[in-house]
Amino acid sequence: MGLDIRWPIGLMFSLIGVLLTGYGVLKRSASISLDININLIWGIVLLVFGVGMLLGAMRDGKNPPAK
Amino acid sequence: MQPIQLHHIDYLILIAYVAFVIGIGWTLARYMKTSSDFLTSARSIPTWVTGLAFISANLGALELVGMAASGAKYGISTAHFYWVGAIPAMIFLAVFMMPFYYGSKARSVPEYLKMRFDERVRALNSVAFAVMTIFASGISMNALAKLLNQLLGWNYNVALWVCSGVVLLYVLKGGLTSAIYTEVLQFFMIVLGFAPVVYLGLKDVGGWHAMNHSLQTVAVNPSALYLKDAGITYAPNAWTSAWQPVLAGSANNPMGVDWFAMIFGLGFVLSFGYWCTNFLVVQRAMAAKNMTAARNTPLVAAVPKMFFPFLVIVPGMIAAALCTMPDKGYRIPPAIISQETYAQAIDAVKAANPADSVAAVKAVGDVLGKKVAADKIASLVAANAASKLTDAQIKQGIYNSIAENDYDGVILSLVKKYCPPGLLGLALTALLASFMSGMAGNVTAFNTVFTYDLYQAYFAKGKSDHHYFITGKVITVVGIVLSIGAAYFASMYNNCMDIIQLVFGFVNAPLFATFLLGMFWKRTTGTGAFLGLFGGIASSALFHALTTTGSNLDAAGHVVNGMKGGYLAVVSKFPSEMAQNFWLAAFAFIACFTLTLVISLVTKSQKTDADLKGLVYSLTPKIVDNNIPVWQKPAVVGIVLLIVCIILNFIFW
Repeated sequence: MGLDIRWPIGLMFSLIGVLLTGYGVLKRSASISLDININLIWGIVLLVFGVGMLLGAMRDGKNPPAK
Repeated sequence: MQPIQLHHIDYLILIAYVAFVIGIGWTLARYMKTSSDFLTSARSIPTWVTGLAFISANLGALELVGMAASGAKYGISTAHFYWVGAIPAMIFLAVFMMPFYYGSKARSVPEYLKMRFDERVRALNSVAFAVMTIFASGISMNALAKLLNQLLGWNYNVALWVCSGVVLLYVLKGGLTSAIYTEVLQFFMIVLGFAPVVYLGLKDVGGWHAMNHSLQTVAVNPSALYLKDAGITYAPNAWTSAWQPVLAGSANNPMGVDWFAMIFGLGFVLSFGYWCTNFLVVQRAMAAKNMTAARNTPLVAAVPKMFFPFLVIVPGMIAAALCTMPDKGYRIPPAIISQETYAQAIDAVKAANPADSVAAVKAVGDVLGKKVAADKIASLVAANAASKLTDAQIKQGIYNSIAENDYDGVILSLVKKYCPPGLLGLALTALLASFMSGMAGNVTAFNTVFTYDLYQAYFAKGKSDHHYFITGKVITVVGIVLSIGAAYFASMYNNCMDIIQLVFGFVNAPLFATFLLGMFWKRTTGTGAFLGLFGGIASSALFHALTTTGSNLDAAGHVVNGMKGGYLAVVSKFPSEMAQNFWLAAFAFIACFTLTLVISLVTKSQKTDADLKGLVYSLTPKIVDNNIPVWQKPAVVGIVLLIVCIILNFIFW
C-alpha cells in the first residue's frame, strides 16, 4: 500500500545495528555477557539484516512487481 | 524485583523504535482516503506481510511473558499451546475457511455471519467480540504499565497513558495498515531481541541436554522451587516430555490435564475457536491482496509459530533449570512485595525470638501475606540474633525465602541477568513492542467491527463513505480510552493467562460450533445459529458456576474463591484450572453444536440457495488452483506443515 514495509524495517534495524555495534566497540567491557561481546556480535547481525531488507526494497523499487 | 538501570544506549534504541512506529503511521496517512483503506487496508497487502502480521497480532502480553511463565511451571508441555493448540487450526482456516471469509467479500467476521445467517447472529457476535477485544487490549496495556513500573520505576499511570498515546498516534494516522506494518516490525524485534537471551541462557545452563538433565531434578521435587506444594512429585520427564506425562493422566503432569481435555478442549475447541473465528487474526488474512494470498496467510504464519516455542517457552525452562544450580545464584522471582511490607517484615525478623522459630516463621509469613520457607526464615532469624545483619541483608534473606513465585517475572529476570546495556535496550523494546502491538491490533479490530457491524448496521445506515471514515477515526480514540479503562480493571487480577483462557472459553468455544455448522451444512438456520450461540455462552457460564478445582475447596468442601467457579454448587471438581477451562470449552462446544443442529432442523431458513452461494461449502464452486505451482497450493503447503508439526511432536515426545 504505497509504502514498501522493507524500508522502515531495514532502516530501523540498520540504525539499531549501528548503535549496538558502536557500543560494543567503544564500551567493550560493559558489553560482555558470559565472555562474549554480545553487543558487537549481535549489532553486526542486525546491521546485516537491516541492510538486507533495504537492498530488497531498493531492488523491487526499481522493478516493481507487475500488477 | 529490583529495578533495572537503563543506560543511554537503551533509551536510544527505545526512542528509535517509537520514532519509527509513529513515522510509519504518519507516512501511511497520505494513502488513507476511504473507510476501506483505513479499516480494512482495501485488500492490498502482500502475503508475507499479512502472514507475519497474522502471527504478530496474536503475540502480545500473553505470549512472551505468559509462555515463559508456563515454561517454568510446566516445561515443554507448554508447547502444546502451539503444536496442538494453534497449527492444526491455522491450517484448517487457510485451506477450508478463508475461501468463505475472503470470497464472501465480508469486511469482518460478524459481517460474514450476517450474510450467512441474519442480523441477530451478527449482533451477538459483534457485541461479544467488541467487549472481548477491548478487554484483551486492556490486559496488554495493564501488563505493560506494571512491567514498566516494577522494572524501571516509572509511574503506572504515566506509563499506561504514554504508551497508549504512542499507539493512538500511529493507529489514528494509518489505520489497519499501520497496525499491520508495526506488527511485522514487532515480529522481527521479538525474534531478534530475544534470540540472544535464549542463546545466552542455554550457554549458561550448559546446553540443551544439561538443561533437560536439570529439569529431571525439578520434576521429581518441584516443591524445592516452590512450583508445587511439598510432597508432590512427578516422573523425571514431566518437564522435558510433551506427551508422556499428559498421556499418563492428569495426576501425573504439572498442568493437571488428561489427553482428552488436551486434544478436544484445547486442540479442537479452544484452538479452532480462536484461530478460525477471532477477527483480530482473521482480519489480517482478509487484508491480503487476492484469494491465494488470503489462503496462504495463515500458512505463512504457521511456520514461525511452529518454532516459537524455542524462543518463548525455553526461557522458562532455562529459569527452572538455573534454580537447580546453586552456583548461579538464581531463583524464580518471588511474589511481588511492596517496599512497605518488606520494611515491616524486616522489623518482624528483628523482633523475633530465635528460640521459637515456629512463631517467628508465622510472624514473618503473616506480615508478607505469603507462604515462606520455614527453614530459611529460621536460619535468618538465628543469623540476625548471632550478629546484627544490615537491613539490606535481612531483606535479601526474606526475598530468598518467599515460597511463592511470580512466574510473570521470569522472562524479565533472564533479560536482567544476561543482557548488558545495549542488548538490554533491544530486549526491553521488543517486550514493549509486543505489548503495544497487542493494543494496536485489538483496537483496529474493534474499530472495524464497531464502525461496520454496529454503527453502520444499526445506528447510521447509508451515510457517505467519508462519514464512516471519520467514524473510524473517532472510534480509534474511543477504543483506546476504553482499553485504558479495561487496563485499570485488569490490574486487579494477577494471572492474565488463565483469565483470558476462561473468557475466551466462554465466548469462543460455542462460536466455532456455529461456524462449523454454518460453513459446512447449508441447513443451518439463523434462528438455530442465534439460539445455539446464546445457549453455548450460557452453558459456559453455567459450567463454570457448577465446577471448580480441588485446590479451590477448603477442608469443609466450601469454595474459597468464587472467581474460580463453583459458586452455585460443586457438581464436579478438576485437578487444575487449566483442566477446568478445557472441559468447559468442550462442554460449551457440544451444547452449542447440539442446540444449533436441533433448532435448525425445526426452523425454516430465511435464505435461499442462491443467497448462500459462496458462503457454504456445498453451494460454492471448488477453488481450482491450476495456475499456481504445486508448492504454493494451500492444500499441499498445509499438509507439509502438518507433517512437520507432527515430527516436532515426536521429537519432544
